[in-house]
Amino acid sequence: MSRLLTLDRVGFAYDRRLVVSDLSFTLDEGDYLAVIGENGSGKTTLLLGLLGLKEPSEGTIGRSDALRSHRIGYLPQQIPEQRDFPATVREIVLSGRLNRHGLISFYTGEDRKAAAAAMRRLALEEMRNRSFRELSGGQRQRVLLARALVAAEGLLLLDEPVAGLDPIVSHDFYRLIRELNQSGVTVIMVSHDIHCVTRDSTHVLHLGYGHYFYGTTDAYMNSELVASYLPGRKNQPDGADQ
Amino acid sequence: MTGFFVDFFSFSFLLRALIGGSLVALCASLLGTSLVLTRYAMIGDGLSHVAFGALAVAVAFSTSPLLVSLPVVMAAAFLLLRLSSSGRLRGDAAIAMLSSASMAVGVIVISLTKGMNTDLYSFMFGSILSMTRGDLTMAVALSLAVALIFVFSYNKLFAVTFDENFARASGIGAGLWNGLLAVLASVTIVLGMRMMGAILIASLIIFPPLSAMRLCGSFKGVTMVSALSSLVCFTSGLFLSYGLDLPSGPVIVLVNAGCFLLFSLIRFLRRAQDRRSLLKR
Repeated sequence: MSRLLTLDRVGFAYDRRLVVSDLSFTLDEGDYLAVIGENGSGKTTLLLGLLGLKEPSEGTIGRSDALRSHRIGYLPQQIPEQRDFPATVREIVLSGRLNRHGLISFYTGEDRKAAAAAMRRLALEEMRNRSFRELSGGQRQRVLLARALVAAEGLLLLDEPVAGLDPIVSHDFYRLIRELNQSGVTVIMVSHDIHCVTRDSTHVLHLGYGHYFYGTTDAYMNSELVASYLPGRKNQPDGADQ
Repeated sequence: MTGFFVDFFSFSFLLRALIGGSLVALCASLLGTSLVLTRYAMIGDGLSHVAFGALAVAVAFSTSPLLVSLPVVMAAAFLLLRLSSSGRLRGDAAIAMLSSASMAVGVIVISLTKGMNTDLYSFMFGSILSMTRGDLTMAVALSLAVALIFVFSYNKLFAVTFDENFARASGIGAGLWNGLLAVLASVTIVLGMRMMGAILIASLIIFPPLSAMRLCGSFKGVTMVSALSSLVCFTSGLFLSYGLDLPSGPVIVLVNAGCFLLFSLIRFLRRAQDRRSLLKR
């Protein structure tokens, strides 16, 4: 197992205010890290930092070689404008390969193969020529997940991926992520949904205001912190369905 | 019928208007696809009003209209992009503010300058006589630049338009692309404004992509139909206005509006048919 990310006493400022400070954790290949925390606790800022879109105001972030060249499969939060966007599933999934291209951006046969493979993996082949705006919310998230997979086989970074999906579709989506993780894909998932996320994750990063928890999911479930968020769930066996 | 076209092509200014105008219409529709889909469509409208103010000042001081309005419009484009992306001021409010203020400047400058009343009308609603040789050269240069971008960086443009955050994470400088689009849109507006009129030029940016979106579900389809419908609407509008002896700008806008209605009708009929075949099954 090789190390993908090493954060050493990292801090991020937003609007000149320090939202995350003194944060240290590591991420290894195959990990499934759940990032939990209330609004304003700095989850999105941390994500931008991991993506290399925001420089830390203190500390250092060590990245593996692959991550340094934008090889992160990012699934951003959906913006409402995207819902009626005229683009086919194939067009969107293929655009995941653009991190491998310079100023001139023609797709190669290899790009098309990678996109086809990702669509097959997520059962999108039948709808490859359908328009994004005709799809259901769950199908749309699967398309954006395929794009993320095409961008990076190794590491997925998911920002609130089930926001706005109904419970059954969310459940399916979590299962999909679990299967991907079991097949060797490293996952970082930001979520509000402590129940579902901690069921699958190997590690938890809980961001609070001015403090944080980082450790294995087992350690998190037995911590003081979880008791205040999930009353009655403390010390339950890990992996139990509610 | 042939006599009509022989007449038309015997006037060199009409030929210039046809070629230069078609190129401007083509660029406007291609840039418009991205602008409309990223919700920056109103920037086109705002910039044309800024261009009106700049044009009035240029004419009052008897300097070259292009030389004054181009830098002013570009500066306004960057200001508007900055304001709407920083979130300090609502984008649409910022555009409305800037466009009404520049409109006011334009009208006051015109009323202070003696003997310009006829020009006010042509500034607002355009004149087919205004396409000069210099404008034509610039229209060719602009369309070359737009064509280069669409041929070589089409996929990047799609990525930035569809999902700016993902594009940034892929290492695409989305800010740079937005800036480039704003500059090209400024040139398009300044070039097309004297022909279409300050009030009407934005329609060349907005109508074709919206019409194309009625028909097509893919980005490639929207881009191509938008370009094609813009060319067809522009040329047929120009011929129609010449034949009916009506001002060209408004006729072109109305042809575009007709195209939008037609495409909407086709979409409606298609959906009705889909629903019927679903019910039959």
